Amino acid sequence: MPIRTHRSDDGQTLTIQIEGRFDFSTHQAFRNAYEHEDREVSNFVVDLSQTTYLDSSALGMLLLLRDFAGGDRARIQLKHCNNDVRRILTISNFEQLFSIQ
Amino acid sequence: MKVSADHVDASALRILIADDSDSDRLILKTLLKRLGHEVRAASDGREAVTVFPDYQPDIVLLDVLMPVMDGIDAARRIKEMAGEELVPVIFLTSLTDADALAHCLDAGGDDFLTKPYNKVIIQAKLGAFNRMRQMHRTLSRQRDLIQDRNRQLLEEQQLAKRVFDNIAHTGCLDADNIRYHISPLSIFNGDILFACPRPAGGMHILVGDFTGHGLPAAIGALPIAEIFYGMTTMGFSGSDLLREINDKLVRILPTGMFCCAALIQADFHLNQLRIWNGGLPDGVLIRRDGTKEFLESKYLPLGVLSSGRFDASMEVFHTSAGDMLLMMTDGVLEAENQNSEQYGGARLKQALDNASASEQLIDAVLTDVVAFCGHRKGRDDLTLVSLKMVVDAEFRQPAEQLPQSVLKGPTDWHCVYEVRDETLGKFSPLPLLLHICMEVPGLRRKSADIYTLLSELYNNALEHGVLKLSSDLKTSSDGFSYYYSERERRLGNVDGHFIRFSLAHRKTDAGGQLRIICEDSGDGFDHTTELESQATEAHYSGRGLMLMQKLGNSLRYSEYGSCAEIVYDWELAEPVPE
Repeated sequence: MPIRTHRSDDGQTLTIQIEGRFDFSTHQAFRNAYEHEDREVSNFVVDLSQTTYLDSSALGMLLLLRDFAGGDRARIQLKHCNNDVRRILTISNFEQLFSIQ
Repeated sequence: MKVSADHVDASALRILIADDSDSDRLILKTLLKRLGHEVRAASDGREAVTVFPDYQPDIVLLDVLMPVMDGIDAARRIKEMAGEELVPVIFLTSLTDADALAHCLDAGGDDFLTKPYNKVIIQAKLGAFNRMRQMHRTLSRQRDLIQDRNRQLLEEQQLAKRVFDNIAHTGCLDADNIRYHISPLSIFNGDILFACPRPAGGMHILVGDFTGHGLPAAIGALPIAEIFYGMTTMGFSGSDLLREINDKLVRILPTGMFCCAALIQADFHLNQLRIWNGGLPDGVLIRRDGTKEFLESKYLPLGVLSSGRFDASMEVFHTSAGDMLLMMTDGVLEAENQNSEQYGGARLKQALDNASASEQLIDAVLTDVVAFCGHRKGRDDLTLVSLKMVVDAEFRQPAEQLPQSVLKGPTDWHCVYEVRDETLGKFSPLPLLLHICMEVPGLRRKSADIYTLLSELYNNALEHGVLKLSSDLKTSSDGFSYYYSERERRLGNVDGHFIRFSLAHRKTDAGGQLRIICEDSGDGFDHTTELESQATEAHYSGRGLMLMQKLGNSLRYSEYGSCAEIVYDWELAEPVPE
């Protein structure tokens, strides 16, 4: 499974981990990862430690998650990105929309 | 082909049999008829091959050993004639030797029936082969349908592409100082590249990359093209275009779809570049002496932020003729080789360092990318564009070539338009004023002149009159950037100020006369010394007074430089149609 999810003990935080390439082929799996959760989740963490590559459609999916999580009020952290992934996030200036660590 | 599959009784088949033994043939024929099939019997392979095309059987049963032509030879010919259609051939044999039976199948047979015949087995095999035959036919039909639909789709796309190209590629991409490369992944590609001359001279270039490619990307590109060409031609600035395009994309694109893009506003008269980069890889500005500046993406892509949060500020660069600007989409940096390594920024820098003559910059980079990737096909769209800064006069004005409109329009009129207070900091009246002037029949051809006059007057009134900026600042590169940051700052505090344009036009025998008066609320300036100093020195920009004098028939300042009046006489290219 290229996408795994994990709920924190208090249920407030949902962590989505993407393994390998994060591109259009993971579209449905990524949406399923957060859309099927109940409403209590208030924080999202996208764990990119196992992500080797990220393309523009992945950026689009992150925007979809942001919309789902409340748009400008969304609390989403992108964690553990490697240099290639970070470069793409930086070029697109996504740090203005997400907390990138 | 006959359609026995469509018979009411689906299992009733049309069967061709060949056996040289009269008794065996009769037994088999009777047996098959009793099972409800239609049968045609031949006495050797030759006869079977001869009747095959007309009879068009669903299944063929052949004795292996026959005079004239044996079953194996007949099977081969029948298979040839059947072509793509699956006509199962079953050998009839009394042989029991495994090698001999295997030989029958090697020769193109599909199965064998051993004599003496067993009714149950024959019935079961015919049923099995009929299912296989029907499956084959269904698959073939579906394949043909897919091929047909695909061809239809490609034809439609080609047609749509022609329409798309007519809308999207009407600009000045073929100008002498632009070089570009676009590689489409499909007929439509997710990359966009537009260039359009500005009425004041110079041009806008928009290079972008939509998420995804193909039809959705091309559909998003159309409104961008409309806004880009429309607003540029009307004299709007790059920032105005960016705000309008972003707003449009936010409204029409679904969340998750956006356009990484860079807008370049090149002014060959002022020798400056204004650049906005939202999501594209670093642009490279290569000076005539070979030094490089990297112009990184500072903004989110177009179509992400709502208009309230969108920042359309463009960075200003002072340039000289011969400087080159290179922009690209991420397809260049992400091009992969056999080992799935990406081309990357380091290799790009190396390729740029190695490129000798700046004219071949794009070719040098492309050759390097292709050499790196080997034969592997690109995964992403790949677009490169380079712009060379040129001397003003080398960039031809296309408006002069416009066909002269025969429509009648207003020729004698007068209007006053005043911009006040904080509007001064937010709004440029130039496109509106240009639009009013362009309503005059025949004057459209002079749009470059008119726009230059209006914008020089306006900029002088705004920057030197209202904002009290000294053009001396622009004589050094440092001062140049200070000038523009100071301009931004002071624009925030323009309450109590105004700029007033009075335009009047009247018809003359040869064409017309346009009179433009521009007044501002500033303290004015000593226009007499300004004119003298510009005549002697090569200024970075100055107040453009020389230029205005050249274009207009007379330029007059009054009220210590805070009121300028230009009279512009123009002539029709052809006599006025009666």
